[in-house]
Order: sequence, then structure tokens, then C-alpha cells
Amino acid sequence: MSSELEQASSASAPKLKSRPVAASLIIIGGLIALALGMAASIAFGAKQIPLSMVWESLTHFNPDSSEHQIIHELRMPRALAAALVGAGFAVAGAIMQGMTRNPLADSGLLGINAGAAFAMVLCFAFLKGLPFLYLMFFSLAGAAFGAGLVFGISSLARGGLSPVRLALAGAAVSALLVALGEGISIHYNIGQDLAFFYAGGVAGAKWIHIKVVLPWVIAALLGAMALSRSITLLSLGDDIATGLGQRTRLVKIIGMIFVFVLAGAAVSLVGSIGFVGLIIPHLTRFLVGVDYRWVIPCSAILGSLLMVTADLSARLVNPPAETPVGALIAVIGVPFFLYLARKQRREM
Amino acid sequence: MQPQQALSEKARSRRAVLVMSALGAFLLVMFIVAINSGEIRLGPWQVIKTLFGFGDARQQLVIIDFRLPRIVISMLIGACFAVSGCILQGITRNALADSGILGINAGAGLVVVLYVYLFPLKTSASPFMMPFLALFGAGVTALLIYMLAFKRHQGLSPIRLLLVGIGVQAGISAAMIILTIRLDPNQFQFVQVWIAGSIWGTKWDFVFAHLPWFLILVPLAFSKAKTLNILSLGEQTATGLGAPVEKDRLIMLAVAVGLAASSVAVGGGIGFVGLVAPHLARRLVGPQHQFSLPASALIGALLVLVADTIGRTISSPSEIATGIVVAVIGAPYFLYLLSRSRV
Repeated sequence: MSSELEQASSASAPKLKSRPVAASLIIIGGLIALALGMAASIAFGAKQIPLSMVWESLTHFNPDSSEHQIIHELRMPRALAAALVGAGFAVAGAIMQGMTRNPLADSGLLGINAGAAFAMVLCFAFLKGLPFLYLMFFSLAGAAFGAGLVFGISSLARGGLSPVRLALAGAAVSALLVALGEGISIHYNIGQDLAFFYAGGVAGAKWIHIKVVLPWVIAALLGAMALSRSITLLSLGDDIATGLGQRTRLVKIIGMIFVFVLAGAAVSLVGSIGFVGLIIPHLTRFLVGVDYRWVIPCSAILGSLLMVTADLSARLVNPPAETPVGALIAVIGVPFFLYLARKQRREM
Repeated sequence: MQPQQALSEKARSRRAVLVMSALGAFLLVMFIVAINSGEIRLGPWQVIKTLFGFGDARQQLVIIDFRLPRIVISMLIGACFAVSGCILQGITRNALADSGILGINAGAGLVVVLYVYLFPLKTSASPFMMPFLALFGAGVTALLIYMLAFKRHQGLSPIRLLLVGIGVQAGISAAMIILTIRLDPNQFQFVQVWIAGSIWGTKWDFVFAHLPWFLILVPLAFSKAKTLNILSLGEQTATGLGAPVEKDRLIMLAVAVGLAASSVAVGGGIGFVGLVAPHLARRLVGPQHQFSLPASALIGALLVLVADTIGRTISSPSEIATGIVVAVIGAPYFLYLLSRSRV
């Protein structure tokens, strides 16, 4: 697989390895699996609800039934939030990996999630009772701030933006922002409100949050789709992309804005969850090739699937207590990160 | 790490002695400031009287039982983290190495948390056990990182070492979060504070638990300064000079791990000290380890003592964990180094 890809990318004509059939199968199969996963996520939990009841609550909602109430008020927003957030983190990772040709790009590793979470801390400390919409905007701004720090500092050094330097800067910026955030939360005594932003979890998702976040995430996903051709060209290298008539700087700026929206919205909903944006794009490229017109939608679906499954298992591992989703995903993500760190040759 | 050829051996050692005396004086001043600051204000004269055993019962309690052990612990672990970082930077030839970045602290921490989980602290824990447990965790982690970063025919690449360290650390943090969920609220509180790097061992017990490690490992490290000088020349040169590179490197690694682990056991996960202190030390006294190791120790002690005092007083009466203060100082410095390095 790697040698084929190498040939493809080293050939002067940008002939891309792409598997549209596999991609279509993944999209169809993934959507079915996602529907099943969300149904399971609604049905299972501290209180088991039969699937027939889930269906019934969708078709004939009965406000007097406590099961129907649980489904509507708790389980459905939660399943939706997991799917949204998974798609957001995964596509943010895919965009960054494609545009910067950095195999270790992930909003968690590059300090973007930490920036967004830090912005949330500031909001909780200084702007209590802000409506969720504004919280989300602050989260977006924080994401941009974190990314700006990491990319800015890395680009100061000789040799430019190497993946290693970005990863190191990301780790240090995250450490700094988490430490500052913790200091502030201790000083203002808001640790309880914030605990979940660091651990990551979809348990607190409510309909109002979904309503605010949904349009932004959908818009950014559609935007990423529209940009996908340019991302494919950028993934061949800036020189080739420029040669093919791409305005690389403009594409990168637009792409990063989509990343901030996706990651910032996701963090404002569930806190900082890393590694989704690292694993899913790699997996997707392995399955469907390197054409981002397919990589981006498939990443979105597989990312949703991963989050929904992880959230479900987080509830079932140790009931009735919940295991933080972020930690569960890290259990898969870390070995994968180590594998990438050891690997020498990579293809984007 | 360019040797400063311009300075002669003699001039350099004179300079080192000067710098270290200055650092020692600073440390003494800081010690007096630290002992004077806190919720209950005491004048310098009262402090001196109390230290020599002439204070009243209340002053005795505040200074001897609360402040002094904490200050001593701060200085001890600061020195240990710094020496550990200095050794790690020498043997990996990597200016960004540090027991926190490499995940060794996290490994030590995981075992301590596991121990707290299995044996609730009130009943059976002995502070003297903690450093050994931490050492076990740190040792296993260091070995794991070493093995994952080592590749046949290529040896130990500094870059891969750092990346593997970041990854392993993320994994251990995740394991720690999963573990802490299962704790009861009391233990949870303890672990939360501990992870943030609060110097929680504020009793004399912890000083005595840590002291033997300090007294054995720090002089051992100092005595091996020449070995470190040779190792930091690089594998091939060192082998060419007739040094048993693998063996020396493992011994020094073990010393560094021991220093970090014993400090984590009493002080929690305080990162960046082992990164910042050796750098400042090298700037002040040059790259020779016989000078940079003791200078690192002094700077590390100073750094943690200052951070702990700030954390204690800035938002008094609530405390900000020392690890947080150190990270706020240390992370920008790391980023500054990163922006100048050629990783």
C-alpha cells in the first residue's frame, strides 16, 4: 500500500489514489451503522429502554411516560451531540493533515482544544451566565488563539513548521493554558463547573446546546466539502498546488477557519477530546485513498461513529458511573500516535 | 552546547564558584522570605527566635510544623528535578528533555494514585513506601519510552524520544482519569490536588522519606559529572574515547529516574523544573557538568521555592498548586527554547 501511494505522489502528474466505490460503501454502511449506534445509544444506559419504545417515542411522543421523557430530554441530545462532535473533530483533523501535510495534526495535539477550553474558563470566571451562543463564539476565538500560539511559535524557528516542532509546541501550549485555566478556576472557585471541560464528556448535552452548535457544524462541514478539491491539491505540496493554479494562502486561511469552527464548537459542547482528529483521517485515507472529496465525508461519518460508540461504551464499562469519553478514546489513540511517531515514511 | 573555549579552565571554575555563591545567597534570602510569608504574619526577628527554639507555642506550630517542612521539601524536590533534567539532557543530547515532558513523572504518579486507590491513605500508607512505588512506576515508564524510541541501526533519536514521551504521557493521563473516577470523593480530592503538583507532603515525615534519596543520588550524580561530559559528546565520540556508553547511559538514566520518582512521590507532578533549571545553569556556568549539575540543583531549588511561595500567597487563603505556578513560568520558557532550537 505504501509503495503504491509513494509512486502516486512522486509521479509528476498528480494522479491520485482514490477508491470511490469503497468510499460510497463506507458512506452508506457508515450511515446505517451510525443510525444503529445512535439507536443503541438511546436505548442503553443506566435505565434500559427497549428499542420499540424508542421508536414509539419518536412517532407517538407521550409526555406522561418517564421513558419517553428520558429519551427526549437526555438520551437523544446526547447521541446527537456525540455524532456532531465526532464529525467535527475528525474533519478538523482531516483538513489540517491535508493542508499542512503533517501526519500528527489533531486539534487536541496542536493546542487548539486547549485554547478553546481556556476561553471557556475565562467565560465562566469573568462573564458568568453568558448565553451558550456567545460561549461558543468565545470557544472559537480561543481555538484560533491556541492555534495561533502554536503555529506562530513553531514558525519562528529555523526549519519552519516541522511536525515534531508543532507537536512539541502544542504540548507546551496545552500545558500552559491548562495550568493557567486551573489557576483561574481555583482562584474563582469554579473548578466544579469546569471539571468536564478537561475530561471531556457528552453527558451534559441539552437541546439548547445542540440547536446553537448544529448549524455552525453543518455549515463548516459543507464548506469543507466545497474546499475538498483544493485540500487534495495542497496535500500534494504547496509547490504543486501553486503550479496547478491554487491560491494556497487563501485556501489555507479558509481551511483553518473551518477548523476553528469545527473544533471550537465541539469543545464548547463536550470539552477537550483529543485523538479523534488524529485516528479517523488516517484510517479513512487507508480505506478510501487520498482524494479529500471522499476523505472528508467519510471522516465525518467514521468520526461520528467512533464518538457514538465510545460514548456508549463509556456508559457501559462501569455502570452506573461514567468513564470520561476522552480517556477512553486516548486508550485507542495513544498506541496509534506512538505508531505514527515511530514510522518514518508517511504519505498524506 | 558549545564549549566556551575562550575561558580557561581556571577562570571558568572561578566563575562557577562565584555564580553558585550568588545563587546560594539568593536561596537563603528566598528561604527567609518564604518563611515570613503566609496567612499569619511573623516578623523576621520572631522567625529567627523560633528557629532557634525560643518562640512561643503558636509561632512554633506555624513555623516548625507547617512552613519549614514545606519549604525544605520544595527546595529538595526542586534540586532533584533539576539534576534529573540536567542528566537527561546530557545523556539524550536533547536540550528539551525533562522528566515531565518524557512522561517519567506521569508514570511515577500513576503508581502512586494506584496505591492510594488500593490502600486508602489514612489506614496503611507510609510515606517511606511512596518513593519506592514511584520509582517502580517511573522505571517501567522510562524503560517503555526507551524501548519505543529505540530503533535498531538508528539508535536513540532525540526527536523520537520526545514524541514517544508525549504519547506515553497522554496514555498515562488517560489511565489516571479512568482510575480517579473510581475513587471515593475523599481520595478523589487528594488525587486531584496531587496531580496538579501541590506540595502535599507538608509533614516532617515526608522530608525524612525524601532526604535519603536526595543525599544518595545527588552526590552520586555530581561524582559522575565527568562521565556525563563524555556521554554528551555523542555516542561515537564517547565510544572512541573508550567509555562503556551503554552501561554508563543506563546508570545515569537510573539515577535521573530515581531523582524524579522520589520527588514525584512527595511533591506531585511538577514539570518544567528539569527543563528550565539546567538551561539557566548552562548559561551561567557553561556546559561542563561538574559545574552545571550543582548550579542546576541550586536554581531548581530556588525555582520551586519561589513558585511554592507565590502559590501560597497570591490568592491566599486558597492555594494555587505549585505545579501550576511552575508550568506558567516554565512553559513559556520551553516555547522560547523550542523557537530557537533546530528539532
